[in-house]
Amino acid sequence: MKIAVCVKQVPEGSRRIDAATKRLDRSGEGALNPYDAYAVEEALRLRDASGEGEVVVVSVGPASAADAIRKTLAMGADRAVLVSDDAAAGSDLVATSYVLANALERESSDLVVFGYQAADSDGAVLWAAVADRLRRPVVSQVAELRLESGRVRGKRQTEFGYDVIEAPLPAVVAVTDAINEPRYPSLKGIMGAKRKPQETLTLAELGIEAERAGEAGSRTVVLALNEPPSRGEARRIEDDGDAAARIVEFLLEKRLL
Amino acid sequence: MDFALSADQREIQALAREFAEAEIEPHAAAWDREHRFPRELYAKLADLGLMGVCVPEEYGGAGADFLSYILVLEELSRADAGVGVTVAVHTSAATLPILTFGTEEQKARFVPPLARGEHLGAFALTEPEAGSDAGALRTRAARDGDGWTISGAKQWITNGTYAGTFLLFARTDPDTPGARGVSAFLLDGEHVRVTRDEEKLGLNSSITNDIVVEGARVGRDRLLHEEGRGFRVAMATLDGGRIGIAAQALGIAQAAYDVARSYAKERHTFGKPIAEHQAIQYKLADMSTEIDAARLLVYRAAWLKQEGQPHTEEGAKAKLFASEMARRQTAEAIQILGGYGYTKEFPVERYYRDAKVTEIYEGTSEIQRLVIARSVLGLRQAERTLAQG
Ligand SMILES: Cc1cc2nc3c(=O)[nH]c(=O)nc-3n(C[C@H](O)[C@H](O)[C@H](O)COP(=O)(O)OP(=O)(O)OC[C@H]3O[C@@H](n4cnc5c(N)ncnc54)[C@H](O)[C@@H]3O)c2cc1C
Repeated sequence: MKIAVCVKQVPEGSRRIDAATKRLDRSGEGALNPYDAYAVEEALRLRDASGEGEVVVVSVGPASAADAIRKTLAMGADRAVLVSDDAAAGSDLVATSYVLANALERESSDLVVFGYQAADSDGAVLWAAVADRLRRPVVSQVAELRLESGRVRGKRQTEFGYDVIEAPLPAVVAVTDAINEPRYPSLKGIMGAKRKPQETLTLAELGIEAERAGEAGSRTVVLALNEPPSRGEARRIEDDGDAAARIVEFLLEKRLL
Repeated sequence: MDFALSADQREIQALAREFAEAEIEPHAAAWDREHRFPRELYAKLADLGLMGVCVPEEYGGAGADFLSYILVLEELSRADAGVGVTVAVHTSAATLPILTFGTEEQKARFVPPLARGEHLGAFALTEPEAGSDAGALRTRAARDGDGWTISGAKQWITNGTYAGTFLLFARTDPDTPGARGVSAFLLDGEHVRVTRDEEKLGLNSSITNDIVVEGARVGRDRLLHEEGRGFRVAMATLDGGRIGIAAQALGIAQAAYDVARSYAKERHTFGKPIAEHQAIQYKLADMSTEIDAARLLVYRAAWLKQEGQPHTEEGAKAKLFASEMARRQTAEAIQILGGYGYTKEFPVERYYRDAKVTEIYEGTSEIQRLVIARSVLGLRQAERTLAQG
């Protein structure tokens, strides 16, 4: 059983957009996208439950993404592949999914696991685009995952109850943060991470033409960025012991209650 | 000169911080109020390798360096200083001296259960009439065939109730007063009876006990280092241990600063946040500056120790400055919060109570000054060495 987990390094703290490039500023400290920790945890559990197999972490990003990747190795992943190339900077969903799909093709894993969204771009569709490129079934919003005789079964919560969806392997799944409680990396894991195989690949090494990645390979263009409109006049209620009553009064006045 | 932490050190620091923020800090106020020793927490810390950070892997530890251990103590203490001292005593006062002075057999027998966190370690030097002047200790180890029979009472022993291994100091030579007649022994929990839980100003999530040893018979296999050389073990242990206490003080001060800083930006008086009043700005500037200064002293001492270089003076300076700074700045944090700072609605009053003890244990500030003065003046150690217990 070979499981690939796609992870991303996201900027830590509040998001800043570089006005000149209209791209997210990635110069500061970065961290593993918190949603991806659930994907890594689920992959580790599947591997450990089956008693064999491999968890390989795959990422597209700047060289500094190695920090986030090391965390996944410290948690227990077996090895990592980072696709890092200046020509890939500024890739949109279309370009990123192309690069990632190529890297995954090379791994030909039984299962690809995604966290359901990235904390920086909030797209929550990359897994769908990658599954489409790989021509594999995709089960999204998975809050419970089972593998049985060559099939994957995912349970997801909906407004009215649960959907249980099954797909044949190889498949792609995107998990939610309800699926598990990610482990902390242990000290031994941290110390051992640097001894695990970590590969960094360029676009050329993956056989990707530069015009399919980065801005050249992107189909979307950011035209302008604006501050969100101000929320208008805010009314501040200081609590002199009667705040609750005054809030109720306000809500009644606005016919919200 | 390179001030950057290594990748391993940064990741270990991040792990300790993440864990402390999620699993310790949210409970610290309740543990303080209820005087509760969070026993279950130490199993979790052990699972992550945090009970043996700088112990080599072959002895059950995580094999990280001493500075990594110091970073862990700083982060744990930032969340709860009681947890900080529990881990500090367990590691640097009980586990590390066995690695430094133990025989191969002793290291293999005593260290792995400690490093894996299967039980806690304790350091038993202080007695009712032997604190700073630890050489005055009276606990007796009387010759008994090829071994000793140990009897006596110790006071203020951190981890006493829960410890499975005690590094205990006793007088083997009744005719030699002072430091020279003292030897170090490794006792099990069964050799020791706990007679009292101390009530303290702070550090309420840690446990501090009076203990007695009543005729415990031990063989040579439990003598650590040579007979009559126990004081050397105590001194070397405290030389390193006080870097840990300095890190504890640093963590407490950082926590107080974090609260004071965010409070100052939110609390309004006279139409603006108090952070816009210059008097408050100056306090925060001083706080941040002194915390930085302490951190550099602490990390330097830790670095010297892990490089195997002399660090007695540097460790004493780090502990002296960091502990006095923590006492001063936790008081300033209360000042910034005003009346709220004095209440239990905010954690700063706890930080203030916890900070005070860092000026006392593992050598009082007076003793640190003595150590530093001797070193800078090039004075020989007096015959009856001060123990800084
Ligand atoms: C919470 C807590 C936990 C502790 N944990 C442990 C532990 O795990 N193991 C252990 O062995 N001990 C422990 N101790 C004991 C601690 O190390 C001693 O309290 C400390 O060494 C000081 O000794 P003392 O309290 O007897 O003070 P004293 O030695 O009586 O000192 C009283 C005052 O006189 C000053 N003084 C003493 N001698 C001199 C001198 N020569 N020159 C100038 N001033 C001097 C001191 O600085 C102090 O201000 C703990 C104490 C506390 C409070």
